[in-house]
Parts: sequence; C-alpha cells; structure tokens
Amino acid sequence: MRAAGDLVARMQMTRGMRIQEAKAYVADRLSIAVSELTDPVIMTEVREDLQIGALTPLPECAKGIEAKFRIADVLGIDINCVQRFKTKTTHQFRR
Amino acid sequence: MGKILTRMGDGSRVEMTAAEIQQDLEAAAQDAAERANVPSLTDDEIKYLLDLYKCKDRVVGVEEGKECCLTYDNMTSKIKRAHIPISKIQQLLLFERGLGADTLELAHIDYSFKQCKHVVQYEKPNMEQAVLQTIAPIFYGSMPNLGLYSVPDGPVANPGDMLPLGKIEESKEAFEQMAEYAIKDMVYVGSELYEKAGADGINFDTTAAAGDAEFYAALKAAEILHDKYPDMGIEMGMSGEFILGLHSEIEYNGVRLAGLYPQDQVKLAEQAGVTIFGPAINIGTNESLPWNLARSIVFTKACSEAAEIPIHANLGMGVGGVPLTLTPPLDALSRASKAHVELCRLDGL
Repeated sequence: MRAAGDLVARMQMTRGMRIQEAKAYVADRLSIAVSELTDPVIMTEVREDLQIGALTPLPECAKGIEAKFRIADVLGIDINCVQRFKTKTTHQFRR
Repeated sequence: MGKILTRMGDGSRVEMTAAEIQQDLEAAAQDAAERANVPSLTDDEIKYLLDLYKCKDRVVGVEEGKECCLTYDNMTSKIKRAHIPISKIQQLLLFERGLGADTLELAHIDYSFKQCKHVVQYEKPNMEQAVLQTIAPIFYGSMPNLGLYSVPDGPVANPGDMLPLGKIEESKEAFEQMAEYAIKDMVYVGSELYEKAGADGINFDTTAAAGDAEFYAALKAAEILHDKYPDMGIEMGMSGEFILGLHSEIEYNGVRLAGLYPQDQVKLAEQAGVTIFGPAINIGTNESLPWNLARSIVFTKACSEAAEIPIHANLGMGVGGVPLTLTPPLDALSRASKAHVELCRLDGL
C-alpha cells in the first residue's frame, strides 16, 4: 500500500498473473512506467489523482470501498465486495 | 578474511570461515537436488550466496525492479498474540495503513477451518465491515488441519492409533473420511466468507501438515471453490517441502500425492484452480543458515520454474532459511528474502 503493491497483488490473486506480467498490466492501466510502481512519492500522487486510496489519505480523498470502486474501474476487473455493494444498494435484497 | 558472523537454524550466532560457508552451501544444495531430483545451484549462485554472507550490512534488500508483493498467514492473530487489545478490523487497518501491507488476511485465533465453521456467523460481519473500510485485497485464511477430524478431537477413528496395530486399510479409510469432512468445512467457510461477506479470496495455510490426505482435501476444496467462484483468489501455502505419505496411496487427478516435492505440488495446485502457491521449506535447527538457505533455494527455484501461477514462498520463523525463533533476526530474514526473490524469481513472499 506504500506504492502499488496492493494493485499488483490484485492481478496476481484474481488473474494468476506472475509478477512481471502483473506489474506491466498495472503500469499500463495507470499510464506510468513499471519502475514508477514502487516509488512511494510518485505513487502517492498517482493514487490521489486517480482516487484509488492512499496510505495517508487526505481529507476528501477516496477511502475504503470508495477507492475500491475506482480500483475496479482503473484496473478493469471485478472486485467481489464492490459487486456486493452494488447489489446491496441498487437492487432489492433477497436472501 | 576473518570469520563471518552468521547463525544456526535455531537463530543462535555462530562464526564461520568463508570456506566453511561455501562447504555448507554446496553440501545443502546437492542434498536438496538429489532429494527432489532437480538441478543443484550453479557456481555463480553459490558465489552469490557466499557474497551475501560476506556482506557486513545488517539488512539487505532486492535490486530495483525485483520488488515483489507480500501475502500473510494468520495476520490478525499476530497482533492478538502480542496481547494488544484491538479488534480484528482495527488490526487490518493497522496492517494496511500503519505497516503498508500489500494484502490483508482476516483470521480466527483458532486457525483451522473446522474451528472457523463454528464462528463463521461472527467472522462474516468482521469481513463485511473490513471490506468497506480497507483498500488492499483481503483473504480469509485458515488451515485444513486434518488432525482435528480424528478421535479425540473429531468423529473419525484415529489413524495414529491404528497404524501401530497394523490396521493399514482401516487407517487409509479413516484418512479418507477425515478428508471428506475437511473438504466440506473448507468449502462451507470459503463460500460464506467470499459469497456472503465479500472477501477477495481464501488462503489455505500450512497445507498437508497431516500428509497426503490433507493435501488431497485442500486440492479438492480449492477445485470446488474455483468451480463455484471462478474469480476467487485462492492461495495455498504448504507446511513442508515433502508430502508425507501417511495414507500413501491417495491421488489427485491420477497423481499419487505421497512424496511430492514443490515443483510437482504446484502443478496440482494449478489444476485445482489455486492462483497463488506458497512452497514451504523447513529449517534444520542444528545446521547453519547458509546450509538452510541453499537447501531452500534449490527446492523453491525448481518450483518457481515449473509454475505458471505466482509463487509466494513461505519465509518466516522456521521456514525458507529463516531461523526457528519467535523474533526473526533482520540479518537472517533480509538475506533469506533477497536470495529467494533474486535467485528463484519469486512473485512474492
């Protein structure tokens, strides 16, 4: 979370991507270089610009589930709890 | 050059000459290669490891560009174990924003799926609230722990009692019954936490501690969960480098599980739908750390080369060349981490 580790980990977890492929995918989606993924200074700016959450989130920055909505959009993946949130808030909940 | 300060597998400090370290590196690499029938370390790799121990830096790190992700086992119990009285959700927030963790893991203090089953209705609200507040991907983790399904802890006759009496067939049947109970619990807990509470994935930790039948149970549970939820992250961390053949004949997809080493374990994990695999190489406490590290790297490297999915090797107290101590020394932990990531081309730890 200091840089882009959570984003790379998401691609490993959900798509089974190995590290170099996952880094390249995330860098491409963020429009930055792979070498910038591990730079906490650059990544803090990127994370704030894209509203994908930060280690020390400033007031008005996306937090928690708000950031995960944005991460799903930015990475082009479904996030389980985001889908669940949408279901709970946009459809009549049925057991 | 004078003596080099390193440690034994139990963490105690020991001074060795460069020649003694090289001898241990070569002997352990050869031993591991023969056991698993995989390539030993090259001369360059032995030199790399020797230089790592000659380096006087207290803490070392990977080269730029070789950074990797971290996943965890039993994450929320680590804080509980330190007797810090904060909730599990607070612990996850602490790991994410205080310690910068890449991934999170919610866990029950009694870290076995059988025990989690009893409290799953209390774990789900924790997960439901945690996913609203956190950003990093979050696993629900636990151990298959097949031993809990036999007498006196469970319903099945204990194979440990029957084997000394020569009741081989009865023992095998008992292991198979235990596996069926375990599969049911793992699928139940995994489904509840993923489908109903919003977890990103499930972590099977310390897999195959009770041998081949437990490995079978975890693979079957992973297969069922993957079929139910194709997008579920499934991590499988192992308990040791070698699958103990306590049943001895149980198979998964036509492959006998007893005696498999990590390079074969990962192929079955892939078939089951596992998305991250964690080989675990146990420490020999009466051998030096160079001996332990070289041995671990031979097994782990072969696994990483055979794998198509990410490999997060287990590096912690007692596995992966890290001493068996409650407080792993940074000199040892950082050297083991660097060497594994760089020589085995790991995707994470």
